[in-house]
Amino acid sequence: MLFVCALISVATTVGIVFALFLPAFEFFGEVSIVDFLTGTEWAPLFEPAHFGVLPLIAGTLLVTLIASLVAMPLGLGAAIYLSEYASPRTRGILKPALETLAGIPTIVFGYFALTFMTALLRDLGIEVDIFNTLSAGLVMGVMLMPIVASLSDDAMGAVPRDLRDGAYALGSTKVQVATRIVVPAAVSGIVASFVLAISRAVGETMIVLIAMGQQPNLTFDPREAAEAMTAFIAATGAGDVPTGSIEYKTIFAVGATLFLMTLAMNIVAIRLVRKYREVYE
Amino acid sequence: MSSRALKGGAFKALLLLSLTIGFLMLVVLLVDVFRDGLPYLDMALLTNPPSSDPDIAGARPAILATLYIGVLLLLFVVPIGVGTAVYLEEYADRTKWYNRLLEINIQNLAAVPSIVYGILGLAFLVRGLGLGRVLLAGAMILTLLVLPTVIIAAREAIRSVPDSIRQGAYALGATQWQVVSRQVLPAAIPGIATGSILALARAIGETAPLIMIGAVTYISFDPTILGPFTALPIQIYSFLRLPQEEFKLLAAASIIVLLAILLTLNAFAIWLRNRYRRTW
Amino acid sequence: MTMPQLEIRAQEFVQGERVFELHDLAVSYGTNVAIRGVNLDVYKNAVTAFIGPSGCGKSTLIRCLDRMNDLVPSARVEGEVLYHGKDLYAADVDPVEVRRRIGMVFQKPNPFPKSIFDNIAFGPRVLGLKGDLNERVERALHQAALWDEVKDRLKEGALGLSGGQQQRLCIARCLAVEPDVILMDEPASALDPISTTRIEDLMHQLKRDYTIVIVTHNMQQAARVADMTAFFSVDVDESTGKRTGVLVEYDRTAKIFTTPADTRTEDYVTGRFG
Repeated sequence: MLFVCALISVATTVGIVFALFLPAFEFFGEVSIVDFLTGTEWAPLFEPAHFGVLPLIAGTLLVTLIASLVAMPLGLGAAIYLSEYASPRTRGILKPALETLAGIPTIVFGYFALTFMTALLRDLGIEVDIFNTLSAGLVMGVMLMPIVASLSDDAMGAVPRDLRDGAYALGSTKVQVATRIVVPAAVSGIVASFVLAISRAVGETMIVLIAMGQQPNLTFDPREAAEAMTAFIAATGAGDVPTGSIEYKTIFAVGATLFLMTLAMNIVAIRLVRKYREVYE
Repeated sequence: MSSRALKGGAFKALLLLSLTIGFLMLVVLLVDVFRDGLPYLDMALLTNPPSSDPDIAGARPAILATLYIGVLLLLFVVPIGVGTAVYLEEYADRTKWYNRLLEINIQNLAAVPSIVYGILGLAFLVRGLGLGRVLLAGAMILTLLVLPTVIIAAREAIRSVPDSIRQGAYALGATQWQVVSRQVLPAAIPGIATGSILALARAIGETAPLIMIGAVTYISFDPTILGPFTALPIQIYSFLRLPQEEFKLLAAASIIVLLAILLTLNAFAIWLRNRYRRTW
Repeated sequence: MTMPQLEIRAQEFVQGERVFELHDLAVSYGTNVAIRGVNLDVYKNAVTAFIGPSGCGKSTLIRCLDRMNDLVPSARVEGEVLYHGKDLYAADVDPVEVRRRIGMVFQKPNPFPKSIFDNIAFGPRVLGLKGDLNERVERALHQAALWDEVKDRLKEGALGLSGGQQQRLCIARCLAVEPDVILMDEPASALDPISTTRIEDLMHQLKRDYTIVIVTHNMQQAARVADMTAFFSVDVDESTGKRTGVLVEYDRTAKIFTTPADTRTEDYVTGRFG
């Protein structure tokens, strides 16, 4: 009976695979996969329809890039401070605070991006459209920073104390111990946190749905509006597309692409985490 | 001051700056939400249905739906999650390939983006099974979303029960089921409860899967389990899309309600963990 | 009673220049006094051993000599430690400089997860030492009697070496920064007997150029390597039950092991307790 419970999780995976890939295969029966992956125009509802997914992927990657440029340095810096410099009491306050902040729902960040960040950027003289990738990216970076910080801190904490002692005993300064011994030793855990953050960014929906835009736009200019893969899926799924139509199937084609991207990243991250746990017996 | 001390001080300052910027942004976010939303947080918000008139618009159906979904979620996810965890920890033979596959499966599911769960829900529950865009479907999909988290938390709780307890029970002649149900599970309840509540908190804040399931953005009657529904995050989203400025502020107020619910749940979970923390 | 049959190598030791002078040294962690009342001098080019039962504060003491206790927040050092006549704990003394001149080898070998070469080169690099790095590394490895075994695999990971080799690597790493003193906290206790003998032989060679202080719980080892030996014991406070380490006797090794002045020393070296 308990095994049946366990099977539910298997059923979920099977369900996801079927739900995504069956309609996706049907889709690729009608639209060539080459056109899908290389086309630069995404206009499934137009006459004639275009199914090039690159604008959506570009949108996702651009916002992910901006988010990473924010989350990784800030997160790693915060983690080094927490791990090597902070007193136990400070850590006791900051670490749970970080974990709590990581639990804020993404819709709150979406609100923040739309109302506050865009206005702030304009006040700073950056001419952004109402919907733009920059606001979404910056806010997503802030959202991801606690995750990077927490995981990197865990990785650095796993570095045994006697390595630090050995370096101090040779006459190293704290900066040298932190940068030349601890961070290199913890690097696989730190990279795992980066990869996980990227995976979260790619799969994140609400921030890009609310603040980035719903017009596919193949561009590198983050001040313009663009559409991410997740936003497209959400907007289309919420609409009234008839079941079985080609527009309906686009949900699954894009969804399958998204799923494969995040799956690949998650596998890499899990391997990296396992590696850093094994290094120290 | 020597150049080495200067460099050391500069480095430390840089690190502290990273920490501060991160926290500061998050604090600014919260302050902004509260500043915008607090004036609009009144009984009308909590008790009125939405309306095109921002003065009397409320989020009552959304709040109720979120509460119903929460209850249903707990009813679904706790038995399934604990059952799976008990199976994996107490009964499964770790060397069998299908059990290892099960574990890998759960790990992967935990990292799948929430919108993919939404797609799953759309395809199977709403259109496949023909449930339609109903609250029950929303609860079921959210269950699947947080199930891996609950399984992992329950496994941790079960694992932390010392083996000596099991040995003692077996030595008295108890069957495996008796050992599990009368010794292990009761001891693991605090950990399981904490994990479940944290999972609930996460599910309540999720928007994307519900959008895919078809949570409606304008609903003026109280929700029922098998009827159309909305939820607090969806309501916030729909407020944000309306053109009038006041609705944006109403969104902020609704966010405050949402955060209040989440904060309560988190605090409860932490209290539970501390209150029942046992040292063996 | 019979004194133990120990192989004592340093029969005639002439006390030369004083490298360390400890006056009334005491160390506490929070409210616990770990060791107190230590008065002794460490001599140049000697091997000085701290021996005694566990809990007598030998490791705590040796860590005072290179200010490693600074890294423990609750640690407090009272009394005086003079290094070549200067106060080691003076306000204007830089602990980093201290640790460059006074090196330490730990009980459990702690090579960095880097290549053999990078392990040895780490010290010179972070301290910005001039001169040819390759030469430095080779010299250090020669001095630690490890060169022949690793000269063909300097770029390989240090973690692939055996326990004994790793410990000699740590010694080489310490030597690469050209210290004045080498502190060793139970350097061979995690090693097999053959590696232990090699480390002990190494100590005899190294003391020609360096001053060495070792902590050991192995009496026979102290007898084999040390010129001067300090015996510590544990004082138990009758009322509180708190244990504090104290220096009992400090003298030439030969004397400690053949005609000790204090009965506690005699009891320890004859194996009556500890």
